[in-house]
Amino acid sequence: MDLFLTFSRITLSSFGGALFWARLGLVERQRWLTDREFAEFLTIGQLLPGPNVLNLTVLVGYRLGGWSGAAVSVAGYVGWPFLVVIGMGMLYQQFGALPQVQQALGGMSKVAAGLLLATVIKLAMALPHRLRPWLFGILAFIAIGVMRWPLLWVVAALAPCAVFLAWKARD
Amino acid sequence: MERVDLSALFVHLLALWFVAVGGPSAILPDIHRYVVDVHQLLSNREFAEIYTLAQAAPGPNVMYTTLIGWHLAGWSGALATTIPLLVPAMTLTLFVGHFTERYPDAPILRAIRRGLTPLTIGLMFAGATVLMRAVNHDWRGYLTTVVTAAVVVRLTCNPLWLLAAGALLGIAGVV
Repeated sequence: MDLFLTFSRITLSSFGGALFWARLGLVERQRWLTDREFAEFLTIGQLLPGPNVLNLTVLVGYRLGGWSGAAVSVAGYVGWPFLVVIGMGMLYQQFGALPQVQQALGGMSKVAAGLLLATVIKLAMALPHRLRPWLFGILAFIAIGVMRWPLLWVVAALAPCAVFLAWKARD
Repeated sequence: MERVDLSALFVHLLALWFVAVGGPSAILPDIHRYVVDVHQLLSNREFAEIYTLAQAAPGPNVMYTTLIGWHLAGWSGALATTIPLLVPAMTLTLFVGHFTERYPDAPILRAIRRGLTPLTIGLMFAGATVLMRAVNHDWRGYLTTVVTAAVVVRLTCNPLWLLAAGALLGIAGVV
């Protein structure tokens, strides 16, 4: 129950990215994890496919409450936003065609694109300044962003090469 | 408009989530390709508006897929687009989490992390450009996007304020 409530609280306060609120809730409020454990869980969460904070939710829930803990944590974390988003969908279908709503959404969507762009720039600045990582980043961008090839094939082709070369280089 | 084939959408998303290293932004271009380009279930503008709405909601950013499903087919659509997101987390994550808690510094895990990070960044950049082209129709739009990105890279501020500012600019007819 504590798990459900804590993850509900984290998710409902996390506007624009849940990471900040997840750390606050798990490390500072509940003291279920130390900062170091939090960082380790997060690294695992990022390594795996899927949203990293959702993966973190599963890992924390599992450690503290086993299988049922993981299930309850995920229910808290995803359940409320699911309902909120559907509420927004209802409003959108009702009022989405009004000119003012269209204009506001149009303005917001330009900002939303900028937010995503900023996240990418920040991450790219942290990449090592060497040829190999940038080469793979650029290849992935061209295949998906320019050629618009299906993601499944692109990842199936590029990911093994990228991991193999990183393994060889041991950097 | 094609009729929505929910089971095909479900399977496609399920497959996507299993390769979604780097999370929801990495699969954004492929979801756009699937629903806008290939199956024409949504227009470019609807896609951009739905994505934006979900960004303004609390919770994980990924809920834009739920909103797409809801918009296309109501409750069953929302479930068909949300459940695929949970499956890898509840299976792979638990399995690998168990393993990595024992061997956190295994070299193979480090190689995977190092190797895949640049791929993820390339995919996210593709997502940003797809979205940019979907939302912007003139230089003022592109300027808004670029200025937003510059502000967020330089300063840390709550994205909600920026979204609100964007809404005001839109209502004022500036962009």
